[in-house]
Formats: sequence, C-alpha cells, structure tokens
Amino acid sequence: MTRTILLASTLLAGFAAHAQADTLRLLTWGGYAPDEVVTMFEEQTGHTVEVTKSNNEEMIAKLRATSGGGFDLAQPSQDRVMGPQMEFGIYKPIDVSKLNQDLFIPSMLKATMANTTVNGDVYGVPHVWGTSGLVMNTAEAGEVVKDYADLCDPAVAGKVSYRLKRPTLIGFAFSLGEDPFAAYGDEAKYKEIMEKVEAKLIECKANVKTYWGGGDELMNLVRSGEVTASMAWDTGGWKLNDDNADITFVAPASGALGWIDTFVLPAKGQADDVAYEWINFVMQPEVAAMITAAAGNFTASAGADEFAEEGLKAKYQASFPQEAIDNIKWYPPVPAGLESIEGEVLDRVQAAN
Amino acid sequence: MTPDLECVDLVKRFGDTTAVDNVSFSVPPGSFFSILGPSGCGKTTIMRMIAGFLDPTTGDIRIKGGSVLDTPPNKRPVNMVFQHLALFPMMTIAENIGYGLRRRGMSKPEIARKVDEALERIGLPGIGARKVDELSGGQKQRVAIARCMVLEPDVLLLDEPLGALDLKLREHMKVELKALQAAFDTTFVYITHDQSEALVMSDQIAVMNAGRFEQVGTGQDLYYRPETPFVAGFIGDTNRWSGRIEKAEGGTLQLRTESGLAMRASGAGLAPGDMAEIFVRPEAIRLAATAEGLAGFDNHLSGTVTSILFNGAASRLLVQDAAGETLEVTLPQSGEFDRLKRGDMVHIGWGAGQATCFATGAAGAR
Amino acid sequence: MRNQSRVAFYLLLMPLVLWLGLLIIIPHIDMLLISLRERVSFGVYDRSLAQYEKALTEPLYLRTFARTAVMSVLATAITLLIAFPVAYYIAKMARGRLQQVLFLLCLIPFYVSELVRTFGWMILLRETGIVSNLLQWAGLADQPVEMLYTDATMMVGLVYTSMLFMVVPLVTTLESLDDSVIEAGYDLGGSGLSVLREIIIPHAMPGIVSGCIVVFMLSLGNYLTPTMLGGKDSLWFTEMIYNQFIVRSNWELGAAFGFMLLVLSSVIVWGMLRLTGRTLKETMG
Repeated sequence: MTRTILLASTLLAGFAAHAQADTLRLLTWGGYAPDEVVTMFEEQTGHTVEVTKSNNEEMIAKLRATSGGGFDLAQPSQDRVMGPQMEFGIYKPIDVSKLNQDLFIPSMLKATMANTTVNGDVYGVPHVWGTSGLVMNTAEAGEVVKDYADLCDPAVAGKVSYRLKRPTLIGFAFSLGEDPFAAYGDEAKYKEIMEKVEAKLIECKANVKTYWGGGDELMNLVRSGEVTASMAWDTGGWKLNDDNADITFVAPASGALGWIDTFVLPAKGQADDVAYEWINFVMQPEVAAMITAAAGNFTASAGADEFAEEGLKAKYQASFPQEAIDNIKWYPPVPAGLESIEGEVLDRVQAAN
Repeated sequence: MTPDLECVDLVKRFGDTTAVDNVSFSVPPGSFFSILGPSGCGKTTIMRMIAGFLDPTTGDIRIKGGSVLDTPPNKRPVNMVFQHLALFPMMTIAENIGYGLRRRGMSKPEIARKVDEALERIGLPGIGARKVDELSGGQKQRVAIARCMVLEPDVLLLDEPLGALDLKLREHMKVELKALQAAFDTTFVYITHDQSEALVMSDQIAVMNAGRFEQVGTGQDLYYRPETPFVAGFIGDTNRWSGRIEKAEGGTLQLRTESGLAMRASGAGLAPGDMAEIFVRPEAIRLAATAEGLAGFDNHLSGTVTSILFNGAASRLLVQDAAGETLEVTLPQSGEFDRLKRGDMVHIGWGAGQATCFATGAAGAR
Repeated sequence: MRNQSRVAFYLLLMPLVLWLGLLIIIPHIDMLLISLRERVSFGVYDRSLAQYEKALTEPLYLRTFARTAVMSVLATAITLLIAFPVAYYIAKMARGRLQQVLFLLCLIPFYVSELVRTFGWMILLRETGIVSNLLQWAGLADQPVEMLYTDATMMVGLVYTSMLFMVVPLVTTLESLDDSVIEAGYDLGGSGLSVLREIIIPHAMPGIVSGCIVVFMLSLGNYLTPTMLGGKDSLWFTEMIYNQFIVRSNWELGAAFGFMLLVLSSVIVWGMLRLTGRTLKETMG
C-alpha cells in the first residue's frame, strides 16, 4: 500500500517536473521577447515560452516574494544582481560554459560577469544595453537644456518631466559636478552628494509638470508638446523622432547613464537548460537584430549591428558622437544601504512643497 | 356661522383625466364630515388638495372663510392623519407628538407639558419615551391623532386611517374616533371606502363617485332617501331590478321587471314607458307564513327559500319567486321563523314607499 | 442523520474558513511578523519595533499618513454631499423607467476598469485635452489650461470613483422611507430643511454610515487615482507602501505602514459609528 502511494507520487512528481521543463517562464522587459522571436524559438525547439513583462523593482520584488521561484529566467539590470543576491539569495549561478560565448561582445560579457560575481560565482550575462539622458524637443528647448540640471532653468518652467527614481538622483549628481559612482564605497560622502541633489530637486520642483511613471505616459506628454524637455531612455527619444524630427535623444554634457540588462537564473528556476537554450538563441546576430528593432536598444550580441535597421543606427550616431560614447557613465553594482538613503531623498522630494 | 372648511367648484385634472369634477361642499365647525366612495373616485385627491400637497386646477378652498390656495402645506391650519399613520419611526412617541410644536418654536417645557396633556387625552399617559414600533395598532392610531391635535388645527383630515387595522379593532376605533372628535371639539374630514365607518361616525356624509359628489347628507338621508341610483346601490344592501313603468299615479308607480314581476314603487319624474331601476332593501321586506299576514302591503308574492345566510342579527334569506327572481330578505330574529329551512314556501311583501325608483341612465345626470 | 448534517455544515463553512484563513488572516500575521523585525546585515533580521518607531518619528511619513486620512475624509464628505441629492432624486422623485435608467447611469462607469476611467479623466483634463481646448475655443482661456496634477483633480477622481458605493446604499434606505412620512413632516409644519434634518437624514442614517465607511475605505486604499491624477505633490499612503515594498525592497517598513493603515481605517470607522451612535451590526445588518 505504502509502496504504491510512493510509486504513484514519484511518477506524478516526475511527470510534473518533466512537463514544466518544456516551458520557459521568462520575466523580462517589454520588447525583449517580441512575438516573432518567441514563435521562432518555439518552432525550432518545441518548448513554450511564457513572457511576463516587468521592470527592475518589480522583478526583484516578485522573486523575493517567492524566494526565487515562479520564473526560469529573469532580466534585471546588471547593477541589481549583486545586491539582491547577497541580501535575498534569489538567483543561482550561471554556468557560462553552457553558453556560446562567441555570440557576445567580449568586453561587455567580461564587464557584466565581473559586476555580477558574488563569492566567486557568476550570476549574470549581458543582453540589452542602452542609456538614459535627455529626451527633448530640440527646437524649443535645445538652446537651454544641455544637461540634467538645465531642466531647472526658468525658460522651460512647467514643460519638464522626469522620474522620481534613482537614475534621476545619479544624473543630477553628475550634472552638479559630483561623481556618485566613485562615492558608492563611502556612505558618508554619498549621503552628502544626495543631500545636495535633494536640495536641487526640491528647488527644481516648481519647474516640473509631473513626475512620470511609465514610458507611455512620458511619450504622450512629449508628443503632445506638453513637455519639451525630460530625462528618459534613449529609445524613447528615437521613437518620437519618427513622428517629429525636432524631438530626439540628447546625451547630456555630464554624460549619459549606461545600463545593461542581464540574463539571470532565479534560484528556484525549473528549466535551466531551456533558459540556456533561449540565451544562445536570442544572442544570434539575426535574432538580436529583431529584438533591437522591437525594443529600440542595441544588444550585447557580437555582429548584430550588421543586421540592425539603418534608421536606428543613424539616430544612434546622431545622439552619440564618439566623445559622448566615451563619456557614458556605466552603472556599477549598487552596494547595500545606498538605496535606503536614496529612498528617503526621493520621499522628501515628493513630499516637499 | 362661517364654515370651518369650504370647497368651491373644485376641479382637478391630471392630463386628460378629471379626478375631481366640480365639487363644492362646506363643513360646519365641530362636525364630523365623511367623504365616502369606492377607490379611485377622487376622494384622496380632494383630501390632498385640502392638505396642500396638490393644487386644484380650478376652484377655491377656504378655511375659516379665507382662501388657503397660496398657503404651503406646512403653513395651513389643517393637519392630516395618513392612511398608514406615517408616525416618525426615528423618534420617540413624545418627539412625534412634539414635532409640530418644535416647528412652531415653542419652548421645551411647554412642549413637554402639551405632549403630556395630549397623551393624557388619548388615554395613554406615560408612554412618551417609547419607540413607535413598541406600540399596538390602536395605540399608534391614537398617537397619530394626538400628534395632529396638539397643533389645534382648524380641520383634521383623516385618510382611511382604520384601513390597516384588523376588524375587531376597527369596530372599536370607530367608536373611539367619534369620542376623540367630541373631546377635541375639532372639525374632522374623514375619507373612507367603508360605508359602515362613515355611517357610524359622521354628522354628514358625501358619497362620491367618478370625481363627483352624488349626494351629501346625514347617514339616514343616504340610507333611507338616496337621491341617485349610485347612492341607493352603494349604501347598504339592496335588491335591485330594472323594469318598465306601466302606470304613474302621483308618487306611486306601477312597473313590470324584465322577468315579468309586477310591482308598485315610489319615485318622482317618471312617466309610463320609461325604463327604471328599482331598489328594495332586504329589511324593508316583510316575511310571513301566510299570504293573509301581508294584506296591508302594496307588493306581495310567494316563493321558495333557496338559501339561509345566517349572520346573527344580520341573517338573510334568499327567496326565489315563480318568475325566477331571487330576492334577499332579512330574517327577523324574533323566533317566529327559526324553523325555516331550504325549500320551504314563504310569503313576502313590501310597501310601495319602500321601493325606490330611478330612471335608467340617470346615474350621471342630476 | 445528525452527523450527516454536521458534516454538511462544516463543508459549507469550509470556503469561508479557507478564504478568511488563507487569504486574510495568515497573510496579515505574516505581515505583522515582517513589520516587527529589523535588518541587521545580509539576510539577518532581529525582532524590533524600529519600523514603527521610524514610521512614527519621521515627519514625512506622519505627514503623508495624516494627509491621506484627511483627504479621504474630505473625499467621503464630498461624495456624500453630491450623492445624497442624486440618491434622493432616484429614490423619491424619479418614477418607473426613469428611475431604472438613472440608476443604470450611475452604474455604467463601473463597466470599465478603474485604470481606463482614470485615463479618461486624464484625456479630458490634460493641457492638450478636451476641456482645455473647449475653454480656449469658447474664449474663456487664452492659452492651454493644465487641470491635471493637483489635489482638486485628485479629489474629483476619488469622488467619481466612489460615487456608486455611496448612491446604492442611500437609494436603498431612502426608498424604504414612506412618502407619507415626508408629507407628514411638511403637514405638521416642517420646512424643507427641518424635514431633511429631522426625518430624511435620520432615516437614511444606516445608508449614510455604510456608504461613508465603504467610500472612506476605498479612498484610503486607492492607489491609481492619487498617483495618476495627483501629480508631483500628492504622496498617498498607499503609494508609500508600494514604494517600500517594490521600489525600496524594504518590506519591513512597508509592512509597518500597512498595519498603520489598517489601524487608522479601523479607528476612523469605529469613530464614525460612535459619532452616529450606531453599531456595526445595525449598519451592516
């Protein structure tokens, strides 16, 4: 009797595990898994892909709530891998040998692996990268706004929008002549910088129309002309450029902020092999170019540029002359403790009148 | 003496329908006036116009000689006891009775005194602190009246206030209402569809039908001297035939009903050949064991008892004559006819004066 | 036989017990435990009241807390003031078909999701929106008018969202008020105001209280409307909870905030019942 039950439950468990192994539950950003890529992958491999769209904070919150369960592959930014891993242990190490490393741009792969290493284990590999800077109507605000801090210029009063999130704090810090990344290791110094940024943001509050929350919201504001200058992602500016040639992405004088979204394996992922398959699949130059077309951002896939759309390349080159590329400030991993300093600054800015 | 309430040529139309059609009446001070009619006859409309909830289309309403058409309901010196009493369930009994006094801005101690006085008057002292739903139907009734009476209105309107009570209580309240009216010495205008309520309590009754007053008079007038076929048929029970006048001599008529029964009746303004309706009350018909006992009556005939409707003092017999007409006859409770049973032969008779005649089609005419 | 009916009883009770237990009580206990700890280092936590101390000593948090409470009370009051005449009209003045149509009209906005409704307001009120254009076209404004991102707009949104939940209980209680009771009020010398104050409002009290409780809870717990319509100055307490949980990954403080909100709403509901001298049983039963 006992044996039968045992046998039955083993069979059931095995069956369940096997059935789930064929499904890849992907937690990612909008545009990173376009339908045609998913369909192609499913046809080639026979697996199914379930896509959940999210953002950095929600990805981490979701994985934290389940201690790393519920998804088989996630895509947080590289600066959000090390901290949450040390704090909550929500990822598992990546076996880089299972990946076709030739598909990656070597420098980017190396840098990401270095930035996501905890206790000697690698937790992330790069996928999509981009920058945030200024999205604006150059005809109306081009003369005034050259850097983040110029968003507080009276000339653009009431026509400005940015997010109340950490990129804004970092951007303003650079624009105020500080180097917050250098102060990551020095909490007191970092706090000092943040206080300076806080004062500036509170002073600037009257200039702001609203703090945008979602990308679409900002797109609407800029497209309708209600906002002429904003702090946003490069792709947003390039998309709007199609509708209105005056609107584009401008790298700020103090440097655009560079981010890389990674691939990580959630700690309780159940389809690691499919996850590796997916990574190898999407890093192929042709597929990577499809993702670039959908997301608007370039990938870490070596040689995908060849397949990228000419229009996008042209916009990219217009926004990023060589010195602007050299000036990109790449986010280093966030040490623990800084986010609570930032959080309090953001709260105070929002509550200030 | 100026009447307490006077309605002059009152008309109320709702769209195409005329609910109240040219009604005039006056109610002398201190009297109990009833408007009696079937439901839908317009009596509630009259009452709501007097209370001020409706404006008459034309005509005038005067209270103590002065027109109140321009006075809103909360300023009119009339108060109303509603069909379902409409006591305020969110207030205590004392608050209910004191409501109108508070509205007049009377001082608290005075209100308390008046309320106690009113409770005393309706025989329910000391219930002021109770909630409305703790009272019985009859007690609520009295509170509803007291609530109006503390305001000392010139006219108290009562809209079928006994309708919701059970039969026994209703009988009791009829007497009580009359007593209360006497005690408060106020003019009551009472509307009802129940003729017994109207007959028992009223000094004057207006019988209303289809928006008009058919007849205004005392209970006896209406019962014994109906002026229209509607009144004759509506008040009290009656045997009713239609027939043709064969001969008219002074006030006495000779007729023949459709079934061929010949009879004598009284009625004015009718000529031979006219069609008429004849009404004879069951209690006006005399019952006898032999034909000789009925010699003094203008009409007599014999028939068989088809049914005995026993109802104590109001017991009746159904008697079928040779022509097949069935008549309702009061069964005297003198013991004389105790042994009567179905199928027995009886003799019945009535005087010409007890049979009232109206020309057919006279219902609407005046 | 008796045993059978007992089994049936427990079976019928099961969904309620499961629902209460699994979805309400256990998560709340978990939240309470989370709120009572403090992070010491990576993955190490201590029992402590530090989160509540922080929540109660940081002026920003307290201000947001108070602001959310006051604004919710205000939204409830405004909703009541607008909903009462509407409900009175539907229950007492409108007849037959009109009554049903009006009631349905109150219901229609709730056929779409709250998000869509809020976007609707944004389309209407934004600087390049319909109202702004209309004002300019009518010559009432000589430049685009921004009506979004203010407390007033947020209030409009909150009231709009809560309207139905006030109208329904009010219509129900007002319908149960016999017309003749109102007429009796006038007949005995009451003016419109005194009839309203002494008869209609006391009668409608159960509806008013239950409507206010629901609307207050809805406003207090609303997230979308304050964030989308409120703009840059409108920090709502739920937004702070979201921030702590999702953006800051600070579940401990977020849980403490959550409990403070629970206590606040309980206290205000209790106060509302006390103030009107009603029990929860009378109001909900």
